Amino acid sequence: MKRAGFDNIWLPVALLLPQLMIIAIFFYWPAGWALQSSFFLQDPFGFGSTYVGAENYTSLLGNDQYKRIAWFTVVFSVLVTFFSLAIALLLAVKADKVLRGARTYRTLLMWVYAIAPPVAGFLGILFFDQSTGPLTKFFQMFGWDFKLGVDYNATATAMVIVAVWKQIPVNFIFFLSGLQSIPRSVREAAMIDNRSATGRFWQVTFPLLAPTAFFLLIINITYALFDTFGIIDALMKGEPGNNPMTLVYKVYIDGFRGNDLGGSSAQSVVLMALVLILTVFQFRLLERRIHYT
Amino acid sequence: MAQVSLEGIRKVYPNGYNAVETTSFNIRDGEFVVLVGPSGCGKSTLLRMIAGLEDITEGVLKIGDRVVNDVDPADRDIAMVFQNYALYPHMTVRKNIGYGLKNRGIPASEIDAKVQDAAKMLNLTEYLDRKPAQLSGGQRQRVAMGRAVVRDPALFLFDEPLSNLDAKLRNQMRIEIKALQRRLGTTAVYVTHDQVEAMTMADRIIVLNAGRIEQIGTPSEIYHNPASTFVASFMGAPPMNLIDAQVDQGQVRINGYNRVMPAPAAHSGPVTMGIRPEDVTLNADGDIRFHVDILEELGAHRLLHGAIADQPFTVMVNKDHAADIGETGISLKPDALRLFDMETGQKL
Repeated sequence: MKRAGFDNIWLPVALLLPQLMIIAIFFYWPAGWALQSSFFLQDPFGFGSTYVGAENYTSLLGNDQYKRIAWFTVVFSVLVTFFSLAIALLLAVKADKVLRGARTYRTLLMWVYAIAPPVAGFLGILFFDQSTGPLTKFFQMFGWDFKLGVDYNATATAMVIVAVWKQIPVNFIFFLSGLQSIPRSVREAAMIDNRSATGRFWQVTFPLLAPTAFFLLIINITYALFDTFGIIDALMKGEPGNNPMTLVYKVYIDGFRGNDLGGSSAQSVVLMALVLILTVFQFRLLERRIHYT
Repeated sequence: MAQVSLEGIRKVYPNGYNAVETTSFNIRDGEFVVLVGPSGCGKSTLLRMIAGLEDITEGVLKIGDRVVNDVDPADRDIAMVFQNYALYPHMTVRKNIGYGLKNRGIPASEIDAKVQDAAKMLNLTEYLDRKPAQLSGGQRQRVAMGRAVVRDPALFLFDEPLSNLDAKLRNQMRIEIKALQRRLGTTAVYVTHDQVEAMTMADRIIVLNAGRIEQIGTPSEIYHNPASTFVASFMGAPPMNLIDAQVDQGQVRINGYNRVMPAPAAHSGPVTMGIRPEDVTLNADGDIRFHVDILEELGAHRLLHGAIADQPFTVMVNKDHAADIGETGISLKPDALRLFDMETGQKL
């Protein structure tokens, strides 16, 4: 292929500049600040800071509470990602087969997408209300005295359910359009080649859906790690107490409620590193197994 | 290998559309039957009902001696070749061909041998480890064929398999498919809208129009004795000339001319008279006057398009026959005349 070249260096630079500036201002600059302040101990009242080296990091690693929250974050992200993808895929496969009223059905499933995370959190509070919440009553039928915001497991369950519920429509839309872009004749050829509908799904339909699924996997992990902040905040009503929280929420609690900017920055840097590792891992290992048509 | 029988098969879609009217016919063991007709005539629906991809509203479908109305497509012992090939894009050629065998619990070593055989037969051996995206249209078509032949089914179904290929490749694949079917002796049903494919490949042709069978017959029967004006004008390029005429006392007379010829059917009154363009000869002394407007050069032949008595008419002449634009006389081969009812278009 012939490459088009620029005669002078400044035109391409000028064309790239807006994009580079956005990345620099909104990503590298704050990230640099976080990295820098993670090596300092900040005065809570803003009178100055002391260089403490890696102490913010070492104290994190020795902190049992931090380890517990990190573990909860992992479990929470895995559960939210898995269930929101699995349920959305199931719904999409079923919606794809609906012949009558398909449009109404799809629209109804997509509505939840329009709800903002804090609103979703408040809806969750209504569902899990101590005295009137229908889901609380449902759990009580099984002998579980469900106490949102008081009992650790109850709050964790509510967080997972609300976060999954909020994310299903996005996944559903992507899965459905992915399914509908698979040529009908390919699926029909598979019907002649394979009697088992389950076999056909996993051997033909799902591999063709894999690019969509991979994209959604990354989106969902990011969602579970970061975008669930609003839901978590609403569900614990600003009272961390005995409640579970994710690493991102702890960054906020320590930095803005506890005024420990240095420690909070160190946590941000750890998070950034985690996301970086995760992304590299995903692209290296998973993408190789995916067929893009 | 098997015969196929359709008894009173009918298809009505949920929205009330009658895709196929009540239809019955038999396909003999080893026969190559072509379903041909314009788009929307129900030929694909008929094929898809045989494949099991479409429910049968009414009637009985048998493959071999077995009623298969409610049998799963995978259990009908059929193989189908689709118009856009329908290859599995994430599988190699080898896996594409072997997929149907794998799901039927055949041991891996046997699958491998069968895939090798099929690939050899179709000149695909060196492409076995490629993905469909790395193949040309003709090669993909061959993989689709390989997927069908490797299973050694009782019945091949072809749904316009050549319409995505360019003209040259289409001619070549046409011969290859036909030769392959001959060699394997497998019964085949082939759907096309291309009447050349129908004529060249079929043992028997079924001409469909608006969900109904117009005619069933060998290519020669269909061509020389069309059952209706629809068949006469659909089959053959250029189509049969159809002009208004009168029959009186066993003599047929083209409207506007006094010349009479013996009528091939007992009838009286106005008729549509049909004659193939190659059954007309130019004859300067002929008393039927033909006005030539356009000359179409085909190499081996020339087509003269024009009119007799203000009705469109085409004559085909041999390449070494001089022809020119303007008026000339023609004579018609008497035993090539066909008469059709003016109202219904049915053969008289």
